[in-house]
Amino acid sequence: MVSQRSRVLFAIAALALGAAVLFPLWRVSLTAPQYPEGLGMYIWAHTVAGISPNDLQNINGLNHYIGMKAIVPESIPELKVMRPGILAMAALGLFVAFTGRLRYMRWWTGVLVLSAIVGLVDFWRWEYDYGHDLDLENAPIKVPGMTYQPPLIGSKNLLNFTATSLPATGGLLAIGAVLLSLGVATRARRVTA
Amino acid sequence: MSAPRRTGWIAASAAIVATLVYGFACAPANRPAGTIGTGDAASKVYVAPGTHDEFYAFLSGGFNGQVGVYGLPSGRLLKIIPVFSQFAENGYGYSEETKPMLETTFGNIPWDDLHHTALSQTNGEDDGRWLFVNANNTPRVARVDLATFETDEILQIPNSGGNHGSPFITSNSEYVLASTRFSVPIPQADVAIADYAKSFKGTISFVKADQPGKMDVAFQLLVPGYNYDLARAGKGPSKDWVFFTSYNSEQAYEKLEVNASKADKDFIAAINWKTLEACVAGGKAETWPAQYMHNTMDHATRTAQNEVKQSVKVLTPTTCPNSIYFLPTPKSPHGADVDPSGEYIVAGGKLATVIPVHSFTKLQQAIKDQAFETTIDGIPVIKYEAILAGEVKDPGLGPLHTEFDGQGYAYTSMFISSEIVKWKLGTWEIVDRAPTFYSIGHLMIPGGATTKPSGKYVVALNKITKDRYLPTGPELTQSAQIYDISGERMKLLLDFPTTGEPHYGNAIAADKIKPNQKKFFTLAENKHPQVVRNEKETGVSRSGKTVHVKMAAIRSHFSPDNLEGVQVGDTVLFHITNLEQDWDIPHGFAVMGATNAELLIMPGETRTLKWVPKTVGVYPMYCTDFCSALHQEMSGYVRVSPVGSSVPLKGNSVKAQGQVARAAARGVTLPTPPSGEGANPHAGHSMPQPR
Ligand SMILES: [Cu+2]
Repeated sequence: MVSQRSRVLFAIAALALGAAVLFPLWRVSLTAPQYPEGLGMYIWAHTVAGISPNDLQNINGLNHYIGMKAIVPESIPELKVMRPGILAMAALGLFVAFTGRLRYMRWWTGVLVLSAIVGLVDFWRWEYDYGHDLDLENAPIKVPGMTYQPPLIGSKNLLNFTATSLPATGGLLAIGAVLLSLGVATRARRVTA
Repeated sequence: MSAPRRTGWIAASAAIVATLVYGFACAPANRPAGTIGTGDAASKVYVAPGTHDEFYAFLSGGFNGQVGVYGLPSGRLLKIIPVFSQFAENGYGYSEETKPMLETTFGNIPWDDLHHTALSQTNGEDDGRWLFVNANNTPRVARVDLATFETDEILQIPNSGGNHGSPFITSNSEYVLASTRFSVPIPQADVAIADYAKSFKGTISFVKADQPGKMDVAFQLLVPGYNYDLARAGKGPSKDWVFFTSYNSEQAYEKLEVNASKADKDFIAAINWKTLEACVAGGKAETWPAQYMHNTMDHATRTAQNEVKQSVKVLTPTTCPNSIYFLPTPKSPHGADVDPSGEYIVAGGKLATVIPVHSFTKLQQAIKDQAFETTIDGIPVIKYEAILAGEVKDPGLGPLHTEFDGQGYAYTSMFISSEIVKWKLGTWEIVDRAPTFYSIGHLMIPGGATTKPSGKYVVALNKITKDRYLPTGPELTQSAQIYDISGERMKLLLDFPTTGEPHYGNAIAADKIKPNQKKFFTLAENKHPQVVRNEKETGVSRSGKTVHVKMAAIRSHFSPDNLEGVQVGDTVLFHITNLEQDWDIPHGFAVMGATNAELLIMPGETRTLKWVPKTVGVYPMYCTDFCSALHQEMSGYVRVSPVGSSVPLKGNSVKAQGQVARAAARGVTLPTPPSGEGANPHAGHSMPQPR
């Protein structure tokens, strides 16, 4: 068993992880001189949506110039499993906090860190695919050597657009959950009940 | 203001003499040197790139039938709103959806003389919902929706000979007012013009306009056959009243220049509209047959519809006593303007040597005391002295119209002496005057017609511009001028050219309009019978000699972009839907040899162009608005075959094969050629019929 305080902190980490599905995880925004109002999308655990109602449609419309595939949330399988996965992990985390067993906590944290890495790598892989797999035969705009992969975190110029990618509320909650659980898993000491 | 330009020129020359005689006699001895733009004038009207003006100004376009929208203080032209005129720039009045807006019982009238504007009000303040404008020639009142800056509704005014004193509005937008400028036989009849006094009448119409799409003439008041000119509704204590100026109380019908200018005083008609309402509710109005048209733009289909109304309720002063009084007013008055407190009614007598100001309080007392000098057709004429609050002495020549700054001062435009005169309410003293260049008609202070004017600027709406701009042949631009009135002295800041002849205008704080702007029409809500919501729904069909083309426009192509099987003499109706859902991405559409205009189609909107090809050949069609880098490529062809040709009707997409699969992956569906499934998809739809 670990201290009461550690159990509470661990439970908070699990709850923060669960709460992450209530908010967008990531935000990719696009700015250009002719889009002073901005254009962008939120990536949720279960879908991809425009920041403004028609943003996704407009992004897809613009992307057709460079031969990029349309972003169709229904066609991304990860979006189907991510939300249940996160919720299951959160529930499991709460149970682990309840048991107060340090070993479980370390296992859970390990799985969480691993999933986060897998998730980010997967996200990067999608970005790579969208940015590189272009229909050059039918793309009106072809810039030799140009690819359009947005950054995982940070800003990048893609033709006339600046793409900025940052964790959103849900992502920050998930990062918080990882850090908090890591803290508990590494610093908590066993105490006798 | 309705003086023709030529008269203006003569008057301007007269003004030189007049200024010598008059200006020197009555102007404050030292005309301040600062009245002509100097010093920091430029910085006061400078609106830096990327920043917005403080006010929207809506200036009537006179004989161009349009409204010019300008930013103040910069004077930058922001938009032209076509109302009573066809507008080739966006196809208004040419497209099948908008043609019905210009329909009247006289037929389709693609022009009118648009003189005055009125912004909708709530509690006496501008609320930024609608702008109303009048058509002087073929009497009409229109509503412009300020979320879209488009003409939404036009109502014809029956029993009217020139809708000049219009469209002034009551302080809670209960009524839009409309009076007849030229009295005529009512109902119209074949009578001798010499029977003017006996047979000619005027009407004052109360138009219910508080609900979009439901404008109607609630009732009309039959009044003596004078010329009714301008109007203003009361506010505050006088909010149940409206005031109309009239001239030609002489009832002259020839050589009006002389014969209508004889009487020492004409009248302001003071009307209690609440009393009229009660009379109508009490069944005192007669229902007269009258045909007039009501045109409305349906918001779901964005297609205008016509309705012909068959009757109108008419009241006479004798059947509704205590509803109207005549206030004697020198001399051929033009404006009747109510100050922000609602107490003072200022008249601008075009030929008067004073500016008379009536008191609303005294008017009430005079009615109580029956201080009448006579009665005309059942209308009591109140004694001038009994209602006069004061006179502004020696104001200059040709006072026309007065607006207020909300700080106790009034500003009157002087047509003949070409100046603005500032005077103090209550003391009637002239405190400043500033020259205008030249022949000012109306003037305008943002909110000047409301209870809360913004006394920052006054805009002079001028008739002549000689020497102010580069000359452009005999026909010069029209002009407005903006003066700073925040200080004691008026300061000219800027001249700016305007379209048409700016008669009157309104300006309103940008904050009251800007947040409500529509950015695009929601495609999902487009209920046009020929809408396509994606490229798959496009197609071509024939019923008899009519070919319907349902076409999509999206950056940077039309779909279909090639049509075949059209025959000479077919009526081809191109129904173009702009699939964009993004701000400011219109597409245009033009086809060679079309005899009407092009279309400009806003995002999410469907517009229809009628085209009747006359000879065989292959005709290009293209997008007219530079929509994207590949705008020039946004084009296609229509093949026109001889009558009876066996070329099957079809609309193609010429996209590469791979594109279809690609588009499917993208969730976008490309057009498919029409198949048996929709042999006549238009049966049962009520499309605007080709005219
Ligand atoms: Cu275009």
